[in-house]
Amino acid sequence: MPSAMGRGGGVGASTTLVGYDEAVSRYDPLIGLETHVELGTRTKLFCGCPATFGGEPNTHVCPVCLGLPGSLPVPSRTAIEYTIRIGLALNCSIAEWCRFARKNYFYPDMPKNFQISQYDEPLCTDGWLDVVLDESEAGADGGPRMFRVGIERVHLEEDTGKSQHLGGATGRIHGADYSLVDYNRAGIPLVEIVTKPVEGTGSLAPAVAHAYVRELRDLLRSLGVSDVRMEEGSLRSDVNTSLSPRGSGRWGTRTETKNVNSLRSVERAVHYEIERQAAVLDAGERVIQETRHFHEDSGITTAGRSKEEAQDYRYFPEPDLVPLAPPRDWVEQIRAALPELPSARRARLQEAWGITAAEMINIRNAGALDLVEQTIAAGASPADARKWWLNELARRANDTGAELASLPITPADVAAIAALVQSGALNDNLARQAIEGVLAGEGTPDEVVAARGLAVVSDDTALAAAVDEAIAAHPDVADKIRAGKVAAAGALVGAVMRATRGQADASRVRELILARLTDS
Amino acid sequence: MAELFRMTAAEIAAAVRGGGASAAEVTEAHLARIEQVDPQVRAFLHVAADRAREAARAVDQRRAAGEPLGPLAGVPLALKDVFTTKDMPTTCGSAILNGWLPPYDATITRRLREAGVVILGKTNMDEFAMGSSTENSAFGPSHNPWDLSRVPGGSSGGSSAAVAAYEAPLGVGTDTGGSIRQPGAVCGVVGVKPTYGGNSRYGVVAFASSLDTPGPLARTVLDAALLHEVMSGHDPCDATSIDAPVPPVVAAARHADVSGMTIGVVPEFTGEGFQPGVLARFTEAVELLESLGAKVTEVSCPHFTYALPAYYLIAPSEASSNLARFDGMRYGLRVGDDGTRSAEEVMALTRAQGFGAEVKRRIMLGTYALSSGYYDAYYGKAQQVRTLITRDFEAAFDRVDVLVSPTTPTTAFPLGERVDDPMAMYLADLCTIPSDLAGNAALSVPCGLSPDDGLPVGLQIMAPVLADDRMYRVGAAVEAALDTSRGHPLLNDAKGLA
Repeated sequence: MPSAMGRGGGVGASTTLVGYDEAVSRYDPLIGLETHVELGTRTKLFCGCPATFGGEPNTHVCPVCLGLPGSLPVPSRTAIEYTIRIGLALNCSIAEWCRFARKNYFYPDMPKNFQISQYDEPLCTDGWLDVVLDESEAGADGGPRMFRVGIERVHLEEDTGKSQHLGGATGRIHGADYSLVDYNRAGIPLVEIVTKPVEGTGSLAPAVAHAYVRELRDLLRSLGVSDVRMEEGSLRSDVNTSLSPRGSGRWGTRTETKNVNSLRSVERAVHYEIERQAAVLDAGERVIQETRHFHEDSGITTAGRSKEEAQDYRYFPEPDLVPLAPPRDWVEQIRAALPELPSARRARLQEAWGITAAEMINIRNAGALDLVEQTIAAGASPADARKWWLNELARRANDTGAELASLPITPADVAAIAALVQSGALNDNLARQAIEGVLAGEGTPDEVVAARGLAVVSDDTALAAAVDEAIAAHPDVADKIRAGKVAAAGALVGAVMRATRGQADASRVRELILARLTDS
Repeated sequence: MAELFRMTAAEIAAAVRGGGASAAEVTEAHLARIEQVDPQVRAFLHVAADRAREAARAVDQRRAAGEPLGPLAGVPLALKDVFTTKDMPTTCGSAILNGWLPPYDATITRRLREAGVVILGKTNMDEFAMGSSTENSAFGPSHNPWDLSRVPGGSSGGSSAAVAAYEAPLGVGTDTGGSIRQPGAVCGVVGVKPTYGGNSRYGVVAFASSLDTPGPLARTVLDAALLHEVMSGHDPCDATSIDAPVPPVVAAARHADVSGMTIGVVPEFTGEGFQPGVLARFTEAVELLESLGAKVTEVSCPHFTYALPAYYLIAPSEASSNLARFDGMRYGLRVGDDGTRSAEEVMALTRAQGFGAEVKRRIMLGTYALSSGYYDAYYGKAQQVRTLITRDFEAAFDRVDVLVSPTTPTTAFPLGERVDDPMAMYLADLCTIPSDLAGNAALSVPCGLSPDDGLPVGLQIMAPVLADDRMYRVGAAVEAALDTSRGHPLLNDAKGLA
């Protein structure tokens, strides 16, 4: 496997790309995704070692996951249950009888030099997942566009160890002085979810790939089967892409871009491959069936191992394990215990909150669904909850590059601030200052309001002087109002608000100005 | 009392329990016997004298403390070097594992220790249990105590030779294609392949996972049964282990009565290619069973003739995968790691130097049989043959209680005779392979000496899955009649040792 890993960039690194719009105007993309998810079981798939991430190297190991001579695997019932749960949530059929198989190849991070996986008899087959594209790819009716992605199979296998190549410049095996292997990860249960070829996406192929992985991630999280941390590698996607001349109905030669580890990268990888393959085809060359590596920094892919000199894995049924025949009543129990799935939950909340599908997509894309729901549960109106999380807080999270959910403010805090605005104790400007105080660790909203002396000033005598000053400072505006242009009052209101550092009750200020300058 | 090392396991256990002999004395007697004869027999790769003495002392202390002792407490045993032992090296007869000290005990190793059995050491075997003579051991062959110029059979030849040479009353082996019954037969001792899944494989270094079956070797049927019960039973660490009660083999071994039983002779295993003296003793044994009240009938098993070729696709296929882990990366031999070579090159050099010729032959066979494009024609077809053989057994056991055949086509062959002729070597397992493929139980019991060469002949008794007790009943009857007719146990005539 490593022998070809150092191969150069090939076409793509050196050739001029075809512009994306140009590419999809002449070629039909076909995509497919293989996603690996580490299950969040307490123990590994075939032994009792902890399946937790990290740990000192080679501390979560035993004779079984080290593949020591004589050791034997015993499958984890929980891992099988989680796999069935995923299969059911993806509308798959659950096999009445299936087997594990050995995938044979030599690599130092594989303790047995074979991986226990599933081959032609997977646990779950033939399902689908509906994904919703972002607002910008609106469908014909103006609402968000739905795409049904077919699921070919869901199967269970063991993860490998991790190699570290040290002493070289690249971190790759070539040029390294020596390599170390950590087997803590070896034997952690891994579920592989393979889509059917996704046809008919046209120019939306990258967006569909992105939306699919995002929907799958949310689904897996809701099922409680994995923590689904892409950055820790507990969810890794391989993306297959091919092009065929538009309308030909044929399938082109595909490439497999490996280990694309963020939602954005999934989209970029497909985008890039479409541009690169269009250039290859335009030049009259053929696309090489190969594994490609995606580079986060440059957004390009480079050639890896060629699949045309295909490795023969010599799959055969794992003789150390008996066939897996999940009893039907067990499968039905698992089905009955499935939690509400993300798409159903979004539909329910969209209805309850009285918002549009596009607004719901915005909430989801901002990662704010749980936060908004909890804020509403704490007493805020759906409009207020959305407003504060999606505008003010999303902006602040974006500024600092933090996850929305990791901001040091709770849904209850946001609900409390919204309530202060509703009661008239704060206006929006003061509320923003209250939020700033909470984020700065100054205490609860009430404490921040008290400490910073945030309060709307609506006392007429206190405001009268400020109103007079504003009129005096802007005689031309005052004249316009006197002449009946009431709309011009806004400029004077703004001046009063600035003068009172935002604490004035803006509607009262407006009334006072109009009372002074008009007959009414 | 007889010399301690000549006592049976049952006699030793009774003496230890009753105070007639201490486990320590018994152990010393066997260690002395090993010292005396093993330089000629070469049954042991490793003698763990101190560990054996400790185990024996522990049994004596438990007895002194009034604690109850199990049916084999204080009885010495020779353990095939394919079982992991955390206090003794485990080599599988291979240079690639030379010096490896496993960090864990096999389930059977642990059960033996917990039963107070005294493990004397680890016995020689064909490398990774591939062979029928122990000549494939990286550490040289063992010798047959009946004739030191002949093989003790294999692959569990070290354990069978140790038992036959009175170095231990009990031995443990593994049977994948006949590796307990064939050495049992050619050494004139009892060798048992229990029902597949009846004995844990956890800690048994795998040759062919769907076939490997640990089982006992002993000088009497009762001793084999006593060991069978101590070894057997469900093991949650082995997913292929059967969760069912152990068949009542000890009771059956004490019930040497075949009257009313129906015994089927397999005609496919009595014809050409069999040594006349072996067939003569086999025929006598069948007549004996009939005279003891059994009903004898012929039951054809037409697919048994395809068992050998099917086995030589299935077993090497599994072996090619099971043995992939021996690559010098984590344990055992490592060759060529001089800082200039890649991991792949070190793996290749290690395997080239660490494996013997027969192991390489089978890895290549298996790799080929599993290859894309050949899988269906070889591995797939062999699995279909395996199903047909299983059906032959099922049909036969609808009609008869047990099946019988000679255990081996010939008696012990001379060392060196077949080393350059793999096919001739493979034929030694002709009769034993069907039960491995079908997973049913089979036992080899001595049934006399071949008139043409004076060497022991084994009678194979095959029983249905989880009906292991039936073959013990038949075996005990044959043994009793033979001892009565000769006036002494067969092994008294073994002339190989001075």
